Amino acid sequence: MNTPTSTPTGAADPATTSDARPEAVRADDGAPGGAGATGPTAGRTGLRARLAAPPARARGAAPWVGAAVTAVVLAVLPLLDLRVPGVLPGPTYTPGTLHLLALCLLYGALALSYHLLYGVAGMLSFGHALYFAAGAYGLAVVLQRTDLPLLTGAALVLVGAVVLANLVGAISLRVTGVSFAMVTLAFAQAGNVVARRNIGGWSGGEEGVGLRTANVPDWLVGVADTRNVYWLALAVLAGVYVVVTWFQRSRAGHVVEATRENELRVRVIGQQPYLIRLLTFAVAGALAAVVGMAYLLLQSQAVPTISSADLTITLLVMVVLGGVGSRWGAVVGAVLYTLLDQRLSVFASSDLVQGLPAVLHVPLSEPLFTLGTLFVLVVLFMPGGLAGAAARLRQGRRRR
Amino acid sequence: MSAVLQVEHLSASIGGQQVVEDVSFSVPATGVTAVLGRNGVGKTSTIKAILGLVERSGTVLLDGEPIDREPTHRIVQRGVGYVPEDREVFTALTVEENLRLAVRDREPRRELVEALFPDLVRRSAQRAGTLSGGQQQMLSMARALLNRNRLLLVDEPTKGLAPKIVTELATALQEAARTVPVLLVEQNLQVIEQLAQDVVVIDGGRVVHTGPAAELLGDEAAVRRYLGVHAEQPPTARRSDDDAPGAQPPTARAAEEARP
Amino acid sequence: MSITVLLLITGLGLGALYFLVASGLSLIYGLMGVLNFAHGAFLTLGAFIGFEVSRAVGATTWPGFAVAVVLGALAGAAIAALSELLLIRPLYQRHIEQVLVTVGLGLVTVALYEGIWGTDPIFISGPAWLDRTTSVLGANVPNDRFLAIGAAVAVLVGLVLFLKHTRYGLVIRAGVENRAMVTALGIDVRRSFTLVFTIGGAAAGLGGVLASQYFGYVSAHLGGTLLIFAFIVTVIGGLGSLTGAALAAVLVAVPQQFANYYLGIGDLIAVLALALVLLVRPSGLMGAKAA
Repeated sequence: MNTPTSTPTGAADPATTSDARPEAVRADDGAPGGAGATGPTAGRTGLRARLAAPPARARGAAPWVGAAVTAVVLAVLPLLDLRVPGVLPGPTYTPGTLHLLALCLLYGALALSYHLLYGVAGMLSFGHALYFAAGAYGLAVVLQRTDLPLLTGAALVLVGAVVLANLVGAISLRVTGVSFAMVTLAFAQAGNVVARRNIGGWSGGEEGVGLRTANVPDWLVGVADTRNVYWLALAVLAGVYVVVTWFQRSRAGHVVEATRENELRVRVIGQQPYLIRLLTFAVAGALAAVVGMAYLLLQSQAVPTISSADLTITLLVMVVLGGVGSRWGAVVGAVLYTLLDQRLSVFASSDLVQGLPAVLHVPLSEPLFTLGTLFVLVVLFMPGGLAGAAARLRQGRRRR
Repeated sequence: MSAVLQVEHLSASIGGQQVVEDVSFSVPATGVTAVLGRNGVGKTSTIKAILGLVERSGTVLLDGEPIDREPTHRIVQRGVGYVPEDREVFTALTVEENLRLAVRDREPRRELVEALFPDLVRRSAQRAGTLSGGQQQMLSMARALLNRNRLLLVDEPTKGLAPKIVTELATALQEAARTVPVLLVEQNLQVIEQLAQDVVVIDGGRVVHTGPAAELLGDEAAVRRYLGVHAEQPPTARRSDDDAPGAQPPTARAAEEARP
Repeated sequence: MSITVLLLITGLGLGALYFLVASGLSLIYGLMGVLNFAHGAFLTLGAFIGFEVSRAVGATTWPGFAVAVVLGALAGAAIAALSELLLIRPLYQRHIEQVLVTVGLGLVTVALYEGIWGTDPIFISGPAWLDRTTSVLGANVPNDRFLAIGAAVAVLVGLVLFLKHTRYGLVIRAGVENRAMVTALGIDVRRSFTLVFTIGGAAAGLGGVLASQYFGYVSAHLGGTLLIFAFIVTVIGGLGSLTGAALAAVLVAVPQQFANYYLGIGDLIAVLALALVLLVRPSGLMGAKAA
């Protein structure tokens, strides 16, 4: 079930997970200049920013406490009657709001898996949607065509996704940089074609595949059970967060991070960059597939758009908005993006926007226009995204 | 004596790593000034820092005017000729195209270049990638000599070349040095003896010695201390240990050309 | 036999469109190290401007079409030049951010096109000759295929001549090989960045007008669809190589047409070809050379 257990170097090394390790702290904090520092070929600006990064904060259990508190707060949301006008469509216990929040959490989890690829390993993949779609489509098809119970089916799909990720990864990782980006894009595109063309009648063409609920437990099915699906989404996010954190702190995580900076040095200390990259690629793919399965349960169908390059680009935008290299940045970026996308659509059809002259109303009626502009502005003027800005704020306050 | 180039407190870094630290020296307006030092001590990086090819800080004055904030192409346009380490000719271009690309002056000194390197005239239509190492070095030097420069920066022109070619190149350089001051990075002590009037010795990214060339070369202990070789050792024998992997800092090209 | 001829020429026509996109992509990448995700947007703008112009001037007349072609290419050139100056240049030497900014530009422009021209394809018509067919060895080949092929060949020849025989071409070829050394010869290489963007944008804009004839419609997603295949072509041809891109465009598009007709899996063939080439020759067919 769990790919990370195949880590050749074993479990996390306790000596290196202590607060003495500036590397891990940086990854948590998304130090200033994070975006520059974490590309596949971190330029000198990035490295310099890293050297200039603030000294490691003392931290022990603190991040886990923060994460745990956040998780508890999120877990009780369905039981509360919170209203955030303008952000949420209704009170937090209503199915509509919970559905949106669950979507935010799942995108958060998916963005985290992408963070592992791009933020940690520096592998700019344009085909991550393939594994997400493999999870969603795979589970939909298994439930449609077999009588396997949900968990067995899910386990089967996960194995399939791991095999797929290893196959594609093994080929794609023969090249690096832009060629890698293109090859992953091409494979994902192939998946998208298979989904759209309904080859063999399995994928349902443009309509996609619906969720057959015969073997899905009742508590996950009805509209009134949205909160159960919400909790499932939260569990998936928490699980992905734990796995990603653990992977980053394991030997493999350290080595893959070192590979991003200096492949030669990794070779010199006797590690195989290719195999460790492949492992990272497969772990990220497996996590994306798990998220995809939860997505199927939430949306009740798998459609071709979830396998498109646009979805991967959306993930990239989320991660960059949040701050490349920062775990919580990826999650916050994803939540922000999903909420904005949803709310901007509502805003676009509002009387206010419809009443504007064409020059304003045409761009404002397109959520992607606003989101894309926001993204470009962040890239140009806010290196390190939200996490970078937060780190700068903290730093400024400490100086005073 | 006036100086064509003054370097004060120059530091340089590549990929965040400091490779030149607080270097100060000046280059007189005539003759050849040699930069010496062991492999990987920052000689090439110093040249690149002067040209702005790597990230740098400090003051660099060309004929008294500051050039340390200018982009590379402006510095070159001010009259600084550059013969890089490893030649860096454009291999996909012909010899003639390499030369044409390098022309900045309205009236380039074609005759001078043709007289110094007749071989290049014969091969003008040949692709530079098919030239021998020595021919590529001549082409690289020809590119710099085409224009009337105020200063020539020449980085290890004899590296890895056969003795006969070394002599040929040294003669060409000597010829060139009659009209333009040269800052020369060189490991070949015979070439230094033949050309250099002053030396700057760099070690560990810092200047550790400056003075007349003859004085340093006469002091065998100093030569051994600074360069780690015996002065009487035949210069070609040392070439083999050049560029031990890892000893050299990454070149600016590697850092600059890093692509996604 | 006639089917084979038809598929071959149609494939060449498609390859011509790929080349019009890939030529700019390849030059831009070769010189600047930037993979331009906004290149599809340049093409789409060319297509829409061509559509609007021909509608205003008279879509079915040859002069109307000629004006559409010219203005479509100019629109592509203009948006490309502006993108380089306003978005790419401020991020000089930061390749990852440059790629990200083109990704953002791609999102913004497609959203804008959807806002202006709607999400549905707009079906168009050109001069009557383009809608007719010519008989070649018994196959009735639509004339717009010949137009696309002719235009791509003209662009290829024009670009090769430009690269071989002009000063700017010389700078671009040298820059593809070693950008730092070009600046060390006293040449401001950034000027040629704007130039390759402009040239690439013009080729893409031209490709947009021709693609809308080839497919019979314009839509906000026209460029995005072609861009993915152009990426494949660029990588197979060898990033930075113009002739490599031309060769790869044919090698991808023709089998794609055949596979589509006989097996219905043309798009997969392109991906397969990419995997195959990268396994055998990771640097692509022609390595990094400008011409």
